Amino acid sequence: MLDSVAPDLTMSTPLVEARGVRFGYDRHPVLYDVDLAVAPGEFVALVGPNGSGKSTLLKLLLGRLEPWEGSVHLFGSVPSQVRDHGRLGYVPQRPSLASEVPATVEEIVSAGRLAEGRWWRPFRRADRDAVRHALESVDLAELARRPLNELSGGQQQRAFIARAFASEPALLVLDEPIAGVDAESQRRFRDALVHSIREHGAGVLLVSHELSAVAQDVDRIVVLKGSVQFDGPPAELASTGVSLGIHAEDLPLWLEELR
Amino acid sequence: MTALTLPYPFDPLYMQRALLACVAVGVFAPLIGTYLVQKRLSLIGDGIGHVAFAGVGAGLLIGVAPIWTALVFAVVGALGVEWLRGRRRASGDVALAILFYSGIALGVVLLSLGDGLNAGVLTYLFGQPLTVRRDEVITILLIGGAIAATMVLLRRPLFSVVTDEDWSRVAGLPVDRLNTLLAVITAAAVVGAMRIVGILLVAAMMVLPVATAQLVARSFRGTLSVAVGVGVGSSIAGLALSAVVGLAPGGTIVLLAAGAFAVTAVVRRAVARAPVRGNV
Repeated sequence: MLDSVAPDLTMSTPLVEARGVRFGYDRHPVLYDVDLAVAPGEFVALVGPNGSGKSTLLKLLLGRLEPWEGSVHLFGSVPSQVRDHGRLGYVPQRPSLASEVPATVEEIVSAGRLAEGRWWRPFRRADRDAVRHALESVDLAELARRPLNELSGGQQQRAFIARAFASEPALLVLDEPIAGVDAESQRRFRDALVHSIREHGAGVLLVSHELSAVAQDVDRIVVLKGSVQFDGPPAELASTGVSLGIHAEDLPLWLEELR
Repeated sequence: MTALTLPYPFDPLYMQRALLACVAVGVFAPLIGTYLVQKRLSLIGDGIGHVAFAGVGAGLLIGVAPIWTALVFAVVGALGVEWLRGRRRASGDVALAILFYSGIALGVVLLSLGDGLNAGVLTYLFGQPLTVRRDEVITILLIGGAIAATMVLLRRPLFSVVTDEDWSRVAGLPVDRLNTLLAVITAAAVVGAMRIVGILLVAAMMVLPVATAQLVARSFRGTLSVAVGVGVGSSIAGLALSAVVGLAPGGTIVLLAAGAFAVTAVVRRAVARAPVRGNV
């Protein structure tokens, strides 16, 4: 399915790239000399203990913060200059979704089409098709008309992933999306990610503590603790040992299994 | 404008003007209210209403139609709240409190410079659809039409911003501009409705029909429809009841909207307790 990759997105031009990034809050540095890149079709997992700067790095990559030093490029430009936001599919950590008023899964996922840029134009057939495809790819098509707040935690999380899929993104960024979700939901989550990589040639950057479900599919693991402690294939991380100064429980069984 | 042949109590012309204005309020107040409730800003209509009160005071003092001065004050006040919220200078409810009290104090001071609290002021505080003039009805319809058109055209981006502001920012939506637009529409709705239900009850028409709709609707779109239905229904019934029995129309309309919520809540609870087949 690699022929479905857009021609300009070769492996040599990363979808997102941080180079020598230094950043902190109130003169207190949090990230030192961080390099990170995700290429098309690549599945990268970002791990690290709490306070390691994962969330800060994501904000820098998404253009919500500006680095003190170094550079960040999203689709080859400075993040704040990116015009086609639909190329980025974002799944927030704890969606700040207010559920005062009932909203259906379909209504939430349809919002994903707004990211494509011309948010004021009316919905067309292509939009409806994309929403349906996104719902099918996370196995939620049958629950499309159900209110989101009636769904389980795992189903809700897949709805937010479908919202990210709806703009047919070239890069998916997921911030701890499977925390507290059961094994069956994690399997479906993994299938959805693999689908977007294989069928759409998307690059994936997954921030997560819990990688059991995707351990076999991840191309590279980046261990962050202020700076990048490790960047390479999971098998290599397993063989170099867990002596990276990270709490033992942060690199749990899924890593042992790769030995 | 000549009277149409409508059944009692809507036969006289003044009742038909009142009916037109009440139905308009019943449509546009719950429309904007659904977005405000979703944004957890249910009481913002009340805060903006108090600033509109200062505008009424200014209009009466300088001899300009109060609806226009109220509109200017309300829009400036709404933008002020958005600015305070956006810059995180004050939390949502503190920003509202600052607006609320400054507005009412300014209104009282402006009125004291003029004739004080006369019958004209009470019309805006408590509403009075029965004395609404032709030009006022036209203004209310224009405001309502503009609100409804905006809500229909921009319903998707506005929905996204009120449900998930952080995601909307990452998705490249102009979140700040859409929030500003929502604030301006809220101000317009407050001013459009104040002559009918009164400044003190404007927020009720933005919130009560939505609260009822939340109990029964299962989608955002459905919530909008049910809320408008409840808004229009309580407006028509409230106006008729107040004319027949001789009650204050604004208060009657809002009491019926509150009654609709109470009845819906009780019925829903009874239905939920009853054993339902296949409800897994």
